[in-house]
Amino acid sequence: MNIDQLIALAPIMIIAGSAVIIMLIIAIRRNFILVNGVAVCGILLALLAVNFIWQENPVQATALIRIDVYALFYTALLLLTGLSVAGLCYDYFKERKEENEELSVLLLTALLGALVLVSSSHFASFFIGLEMLSISLFVLIGYTINRQNSMEAAIKYLILSGVSSAFILFGMALIYAQCGVLDFDGIGRYLMNQKDMNALVLSGVILIIAGVGFKLSLVPFHLWTPDVYEGAPAPITAFIATVSKGAVFALLLRYFISAGNYSYSPLLTVLSIIAVLSILAGNLLALLQNNVKRLLAYSSIAHMGYVLVAFIAGGRIAPALVVEAVTFYLITYFITTIGAFGVISLLSTPQMEADDLSFYRGLFWRQPWLATIFTLMLISLAGIPLTAGFIGKFYIFASGADASLWGLLLAVIIGSGLGLYYYLRIVVVMSMSVEETASKTGEPVQKKIATTILAVLTLLLLWFGLYPGHLMNFIVSIAATLE
Amino acid sequence: MILIALILVLFLGGLAAWFSGRWNSSAPRWIAVITLILETLLVIGQYSASDHIDYLSPGMPQAWVADFHGSWIPRFGIGFHLAADGLSVLLIALTAFLGFMAVSSSWTEIKEQQGFFFFNLLSCLAGTVGVFLAVDLFLFFFFWELMIIPMYFLISIWGHENRIYAAIKFFIFTQVSSLLMLVAIVVLVLMHYKNSGTYTFDYFDLLNTRLEPDVAFWLMSGFFIAFTVKLPAVPFHTWLPDAHTQAPTGGSVILAGVMLKTGAYGLLRFVLPLFPEAAHQFAPVAMMLGTISVLYAAMMAFAQSDLKRLIAYTSVSHMGFILLGIFSWNFLALQGAVITMLAHGISAAALFMIAGALQERLHTREMDRMGSLWTAIPRLSALALFFAMASLGLPGLGNFVGEFLVLVGAFGVNRWLTVITALGLILAPVYALIIIQKAFHGPVRQYSGLSDFNRRELVSFGLLVLIAVWLGIRPNTVLDVSAPAIKQELQTSMAMENR
Repeated sequence: MNIDQLIALAPIMIIAGSAVIIMLIIAIRRNFILVNGVAVCGILLALLAVNFIWQENPVQATALIRIDVYALFYTALLLLTGLSVAGLCYDYFKERKEENEELSVLLLTALLGALVLVSSSHFASFFIGLEMLSISLFVLIGYTINRQNSMEAAIKYLILSGVSSAFILFGMALIYAQCGVLDFDGIGRYLMNQKDMNALVLSGVILIIAGVGFKLSLVPFHLWTPDVYEGAPAPITAFIATVSKGAVFALLLRYFISAGNYSYSPLLTVLSIIAVLSILAGNLLALLQNNVKRLLAYSSIAHMGYVLVAFIAGGRIAPALVVEAVTFYLITYFITTIGAFGVISLLSTPQMEADDLSFYRGLFWRQPWLATIFTLMLISLAGIPLTAGFIGKFYIFASGADASLWGLLLAVIIGSGLGLYYYLRIVVVMSMSVEETASKTGEPVQKKIATTILAVLTLLLLWFGLYPGHLMNFIVSIAATLE
Repeated sequence: MILIALILVLFLGGLAAWFSGRWNSSAPRWIAVITLILETLLVIGQYSASDHIDYLSPGMPQAWVADFHGSWIPRFGIGFHLAADGLSVLLIALTAFLGFMAVSSSWTEIKEQQGFFFFNLLSCLAGTVGVFLAVDLFLFFFFWELMIIPMYFLISIWGHENRIYAAIKFFIFTQVSSLLMLVAIVVLVLMHYKNSGTYTFDYFDLLNTRLEPDVAFWLMSGFFIAFTVKLPAVPFHTWLPDAHTQAPTGGSVILAGVMLKTGAYGLLRFVLPLFPEAAHQFAPVAMMLGTISVLYAAMMAFAQSDLKRLIAYTSVSHMGFILLGIFSWNFLALQGAVITMLAHGISAAALFMIAGALQERLHTREMDRMGSLWTAIPRLSALALFFAMASLGLPGLGNFVGEFLVLVGAFGVNRWLTVITALGLILAPVYALIIIQKAFHGPVRQYSGLSDFNRRELVSFGLLVLIAVWLGIRPNTVLDVSAPAIKQELQTSMAMENR
């Protein structure tokens, strides 16, 4: 390993280092503010490092990790997400009178796993990253252990995640058995030389898709989603919904492109079925929910289905456009999801989550700004103009239409129509008149950091919705490098 | 720059109204009035500037009187392209005028959250003006969606007893249909990209896209469904009676007066010029839908006992004439459609305002619980009679001119459908007179504390009467403005069809 490779690994090492430092600090003295400060500094330093090592030429640091612009971009995105989740966590947990400090360690290790995922170019780092992410998440989900659902959610995630890891390992083993290599480029080279489709590789990839489907909560692997979303503390739910899914998706896209899996048409059929099922089931099941967190869980299933449509389009159109569409969609999805769960976490306390729909009654007249932000986030999830979500949906349509995936587009349209109903239901509840609300909330806790984060996210949401040109050009330049 | 100002003034005025509501509960409506005065001045400025055009983008036909071209999302060739011709100027003038009416009818009706109400009202108008001005398809879609959100809030917050159902139904109908249009837009752009190698969403560039007949048909259907849902025409009309019945008066005025016209405008501006051959083949079906709308909605109107619901159905009926006129695609019928748009905007708005005024006074919309109102509130009743007459197409008023021109124009294209549609002229008096009979005549009832129209309401209705009469006896003032635009549209589609 030479010095260039070492420098390229800087963001990953900084995050790992910060996690270790925090552990040492906790051993000496417990201080929630200090620990959070160190975590935030670590993330900021890593971001700075990303900026410093940003260059066009990819660096293969060890056989496992490939630091190129794509990896760096997703690293930055994940770090920023981690930063906002850390902020939300601080405001959420600061009033809790128990040991909160380990939260920062776990957040950083989870982030570390995600960073390894997005820059991995080898099955080994794929698996290491995934496990690092998942194991940290088990604990994070169950962190507020005294709450009723928390433990149940953590156990559920633990077991299902274990099963999905087993699937992925088996899939990798099958592919290795056929190709004899574990790095993505090597598999790509092997498959390019084969004329016919290889049944063993095909089953391997399908098994990997099944395992990844668990992480992305795609139907029919979605059963854990609503329970875990409901049971986990709101900021952690935001983390699961964004960092964990986004990193896995980024990895899957890189794997498909560099290992040449797009040429396997049966895979695309399988993925198409999964996408349609996710869109329809996610939206239909969300219709009847009265719990906002469960509702957003089902909606996230549907959203993963939408991204999958753009992903599938890669079978027929240039990968650059797919990367562009998926990346833009994931960015808007990140912003809106953190925003929506941010609002929930701002209204919640570790003792009681603000997840029942009745909690939001008359929010427009009690806390107009918060309600406006929530409305904008929901509108963006519904894909209505003015917000970034619309541009994201536009990308889905553009890539789907370019690849002539009419059936999938029809599913997206039907799904969007269903989606409107439940997003609007929350808006309606928020705009109901105040008299009927029993003002049970006492003196609300000041949550300045979370409020600031929400304000920034809202501005980003509107900026990318009204003036997406800059972001598009940036993403285009990144997508062009991944050929 | 006037074009941008036309949209921005309304939006910023709306924001100002919202924030002023924090300090003073009557400030928002005054700010709304000032905003609309500014808007009117701008429209007049635009209208009088039409004689000396200083700048048009290259390649734009002469019928266009104003143009603004800014870059927006260069990645996909999306521009912030606004342009106005006679048709858009007329519809924007209608929007501004009905804006006043909406504010006037909400003056005392809206008691809660006035700031937010007027914000929604004005931003809804801003979106509508944007729809009438946008000549970039992406931008058009953007405004098309933007005008729906505030209307949704108007219905769901300030509406009547069943408002949430109505608001969500309205939103889902329009949103799903417009997603079909979005797909059609995207595919059209991709087709153009395959032919020419450049991405563009610009209307004037896309006009010349060569399409396979079956592709053109599917794309046209995408647009057609979006616009006929908005228009609305049978069978996509079911959202409208609910939305109208539940909306507050101001919302109904905007919805009937202006928003339905965006559907007609879209058909006229986009469907026929962009896909002339496909639309030509499809015309008999579309005209048939128009005929069915005219007759079916007229009969449905007669069967209603809820006054607002009745008026809502009459709107569907009148929109049927517009659909028939537009798909006849000749000069007379199109001019008739334009006049009908304006005249129906006036008469439907007036009728909804009367229904709103009655509801404010009697707290009911059921005509069975009205009766003999003429003796109690003669001024209101006389005006109701006037606009019922306007709605049934009494010669001398605008609606007559419009419907007459549509039928004359359509007769040469499809004789039998025209004859059947003309039966609507018999059904219209039936539903118009039933209003008068049930609500204003009939056995004498005692009403306590019923106040007649006050000065504000009289001024509003006076203006409405003036315009309705003016459209009836001097329709040429309007027809001259729209004529170049209509000729241009006809020419464009002819040129494409001949190619």
